[in-house]
Amino acid sequence: MLALFYIFIGVAIGVSFWQITRILNLRESVANDNDNSKQGKYALLFMAFLYAMMIYCLIALNVIMLPESASIEGEHDDNLFNITFWLIGIVQFGMQFLIFYFTFKYRGNKHNKAKFYADSHKLEAIWTITPAVVLVVLIGYGLWQWNNVMDLSDEKDAIVIEVYSQQFRWDARYAGEDNMLGYGNVNFIKGINTMGVDMSDKNSQDDKQVTELYLPKGRKIHFKFRSQDVLHSAYMPHFRAQMNCVPGMVTEFGFTPKYTTEEMRMQSEVVDKTREINKIRKAKGEEETYEFDYLLLCNKICGASHYNMQMKITVVEQEEYDKWIAQQPTLSTVINQ
Amino acid sequence: MSEHHHKETFVTKYIFSQDHKMISKQFLVTGIFMGVIALFMSMLFRLQLAWPDKSFTIIEAFLGPHQTDGIMNPDIYLALVTIHGTIMVFFVLTAGLSGTFSNLLIPLQLGARDMASGFLNMVSYWLFFLSSIIMVISLFVEAGPASAGWTIYPPLSALPQAIPGSGTGMTLWLVSMAIFIASSLIGALNYIVTVLNLRTKGMKMTRMPLTIWAFFVTAMIGVVSFPVLLSAALLLIFDRSFGTSFYLSDIFISGEVLHYQGGSPVLFEHLFWFLGHPEVYIVLLPALGITSEIISTNARKPIFGYRAMVMSIIAIAFLSTIVWGHHMFISGMNPFLGSVFTFTTLLIAIPSAVKAFNYVTTLWKGNLQLNPAMLFSIGLVSTFVTGGLTGLVLGDSALDINIHDTYFVVAHFHLVMGVSAIFGMYAGIYHWFPKMYGRLMNKTLGYWHFWITIVCAYGVFWPMHFIGLAGLPRRYYTNTNFPMFDDIADINVVITIFAIVGGIAQIIFLANFFISIYRGEKASQNPWNSNTLEWTTPVEHIHGNWPGKLPEVHRWPYDYSKRINPNDDESDYLHGKDFVLQTTPLLEGEEPS
Repeated sequence: MLALFYIFIGVAIGVSFWQITRILNLRESVANDNDNSKQGKYALLFMAFLYAMMIYCLIALNVIMLPESASIEGEHDDNLFNITFWLIGIVQFGMQFLIFYFTFKYRGNKHNKAKFYADSHKLEAIWTITPAVVLVVLIGYGLWQWNNVMDLSDEKDAIVIEVYSQQFRWDARYAGEDNMLGYGNVNFIKGINTMGVDMSDKNSQDDKQVTELYLPKGRKIHFKFRSQDVLHSAYMPHFRAQMNCVPGMVTEFGFTPKYTTEEMRMQSEVVDKTREINKIRKAKGEEETYEFDYLLLCNKICGASHYNMQMKITVVEQEEYDKWIAQQPTLSTVINQ
Repeated sequence: MSEHHHKETFVTKYIFSQDHKMISKQFLVTGIFMGVIALFMSMLFRLQLAWPDKSFTIIEAFLGPHQTDGIMNPDIYLALVTIHGTIMVFFVLTAGLSGTFSNLLIPLQLGARDMASGFLNMVSYWLFFLSSIIMVISLFVEAGPASAGWTIYPPLSALPQAIPGSGTGMTLWLVSMAIFIASSLIGALNYIVTVLNLRTKGMKMTRMPLTIWAFFVTAMIGVVSFPVLLSAALLLIFDRSFGTSFYLSDIFISGEVLHYQGGSPVLFEHLFWFLGHPEVYIVLLPALGITSEIISTNARKPIFGYRAMVMSIIAIAFLSTIVWGHHMFISGMNPFLGSVFTFTTLLIAIPSAVKAFNYVTTLWKGNLQLNPAMLFSIGLVSTFVTGGLTGLVLGDSALDINIHDTYFVVAHFHLVMGVSAIFGMYAGIYHWFPKMYGRLMNKTLGYWHFWITIVCAYGVFWPMHFIGLAGLPRRYYTNTNFPMFDDIADINVVITIFAIVGGIAQIIFLANFFISIYRGEKASQNPWNSNTLEWTTPVEHIHGNWPGKLPEVHRWPYDYSKRINPNDDESDYLHGKDFVLQTTPLLEGEEPS
C-alpha cells in the first residue's frame, strides 16, 4: 500500500509540473465550444466514477457497519435510520444524475440558445411542499423515538449503575441491594475511594465498585454518568447509546440489553465481521484472535490518551448476573475495613 | 471621495490601503496562506491515521519536539486537528471568503465608489492579519498549540493539567480569536451599512445580485452571533486566568481537588454553538451567493426563482440562529430542548432543498459555458446535496445519539460546508480574478485543478461516512487499540491517498494563481459577458471605481438570453445578444423580468 502511495504522489507531482510548464504558454482563457464539449463529457465520466464509488461503498462496506441494535430501545433507531437512509439515498442518486447529466446535455455551443426561464411558482411550490411533508414524517417518528429513549421517569424496576469517567479510564458502581446510589463528589476522593463516594451516606454502604460492566439481558439499565476532570462521552455503539459525562453534574441514559454477548457472537452479521477482522489480523501477524465484545468507548475529546479509553461490557442471562453481582464486594467492606 | 486624487504612496496603496479592491486582495492572499498551513496539517494527521506505526521523515522534519522517531505524539495529533479546524473555519472560509468577495463585490456590484468606511475596512483587515500572526505564533510555543478541538470545550481547554496545549497555546488561541472577532464585526457592520446606504440610482434591493444578498445576510448573522463567541471566550479567559467558575465545577485532577464550584461546561457549549452553528452559514451562504451568480452567467440563463432564492437565504439565516442545540443532543441538556432543536433543525432542509432544485433548474436547457468557475459551482451544488442530505440523519436527535462525534459527522460537515464553501471560493477566484488583477487565470490548469479536486474530495469523504457508521469516534490518534476497528484500517489508507493527492493538486491552483497575476492573458472589460455592474468599470483599477458618473441601474441582473417573444425559444434575442447589462434602459414595451 505504501509503495503505491509513493507512486501516486510521484505521478501527481510529475504531472503537475509537466502540465504547468506546458500549459502556461497557452493564452486563451475563456471556454470555447471545444472546451464545453470536452468538459461536458468529463462531467458524464465523473458521474460514472461517483456512481461506481457510491454503489461500491454501499455494498462492499456493509460488512464493517455496526450489527443490528443490541438494545430493545435501539430497534426503532435502526428502523428510523433505514427509512431515512433509503430516502436520502434515492434523492442523492437522483440529484447527482440531474446535476451531471444536465452539465453534459446542455454543454454550451455557439449555435445553441438558452431558454429564458426565470420562474415557476408551481414548480417551486412542489419542491417546497414535498420536502415539508416528508419531514413531518421523519420529525414525527424521530421525536417519538427520542422521547421513548430519553424518558426514564417510570422505570421502577431498572437496575441503577453509575458510570464514572476520568483521564483515561472508566469505572462503574452498582447501586446494590437498595438500588440507590450513595452520594458522590470529588471532595471525597481519597486512597482507594477513587470515585469519591460519601461513605457516611447509608445508600453508599452496599454499592459495589467494578472495572467492567456486567448487564443482565432483558432488564432496563438506568445509567448515571459522572466525570471527575474533563468532559468525556460514554459511547456504547452496539446499544445505540451515548451520553456525555460532565464534571459537576449527573447525566442519565437507559436501555434494555436484548442479546447476551454469547448470542451476539452467533449473529450472522457479527460472525461475518469477526471473520473479516481475523483475516486481517492474521495477515498482519497479530497473534490474538478477535472475539466480539460489547464496548464502552470515550467519544468526547478528553486528552492525549483519548484514543484508548474503553471498558468491556458483558451481557449475560439474569441467573449468571445474579451470581456475578453477589461475588462483588460492597464498598463498606472494601473501604471501611 | 474620488474626485480629488491625492498622490498614493507605496504604503497607502499596497499596505495600509483603504481601497476596497486592494483590501479584498489582501484578505484573499492572507486566506490562501493560512489555507496552505491548514491543508498541510491535515495531510500530516492523515498520514498518522493511515499508518500509525510508520515513521515519516516529513513528520520528523516538521513536528520537531512533538514526535518520536518520525511518529507524532498523541498531543500534537490533537493540536493538528484543532488548528486545522480553527484555521479552515475562521481564517480561510470566513475571512478569506467573505472578506475577499464582500469587499470586492459589494461596492462594485452596487455601484458605489467604495465601502461606507474605508478606514474601518482597513482596520478590519489589519486586525485579521494580526490575529493570523498570533495564531501562527501559537504553533511554536513549547507545550504545543491549543489542542482541545476547534470547539475548545472546557474543562479540557481550561486546564493545562488536562492537556499541555491548554497552557500558552490556548491563551494565544483565545487572544487571536478575540481579535479575529473584532475584525469580523467591523467588516460585517461595514458591509451592512454599505448595502443599505450606498446602492446606486435604480439599484433597488430587489435588483441586487444574489451575491450581494448572500453577503448582506451573512454579515447580519455575523453581527448577531460573533459577539456571543467573544463573550464565551472572555468568560473562558476569566476561568483560566482569574479563578472564576463560569464553566468549571467539582474537578479532581493531578491528585488534587480544584477550587471551582458551580459552573457548567454545558453553558459554554450553548454560548459556543450559538455562534458555532450560524458560523456554518457564515461560511456557506457567500459560497452559495457566488455560485448563483456564476451558474446564471455561465448557463446564459436567469437564475431560476430569484425571489425564492432570496427568501431561502433569509429563511436559512433566521433558522440558523435557533438550531445550535443540535450539537448538544447528548450533552446532558434537558431532552425536551433536544426535541425543539430537532424540529427547527430539520426545517432548514426546506429552504436548502429549494436552493438545490433551483440550481438544477437553472442548468436545465442552458447554454453552459463550462469555464473552471462554472465547474466549481456545479461541484458545489453536488457536494452541497451530498453533504446536506446526511444532515437529515444527524439533525434527528434519536439518530444522532449513535453517530454523534463519529466520522459520519466529519464526512457530513466537510462535504456540506468545507468542500462546498471552498468550491464556492475557488469559483469566485476564477470568475473575478480578471476584476482583481486585470488578467485571466489559465483555464487548462483550472480544469485539472477542478477534476482532481472533486474526485479526491469524494474519495476522501464518501467512504468516511461508512467508517462512522461502523462506530469509529473522531479525534482518535490511532484505532489500533480496538480490534473491532481493524477492518477499517485499509479504508483509512485509501482516504489518506485521496487526501494527499487532492492536497498536492492544490499546487496547480497556487501556481496558476500566482503566475497568472503577472503572466495571465490580459482580460477584456467583460470577459464572461456578464450583466452586473462590476464589469462596467475599467480593467485598470482606479480609486472610486468608475471614471465619470456612477452607473444607473434599470433592470435586475439576470436578463440572460431574453427573447423578443418570451414564449418562443426560437425567437431572436431582445437586445441582439444573450446578455443585457443592468445599466441598459428598458426598451419601449419591454416587460421587466
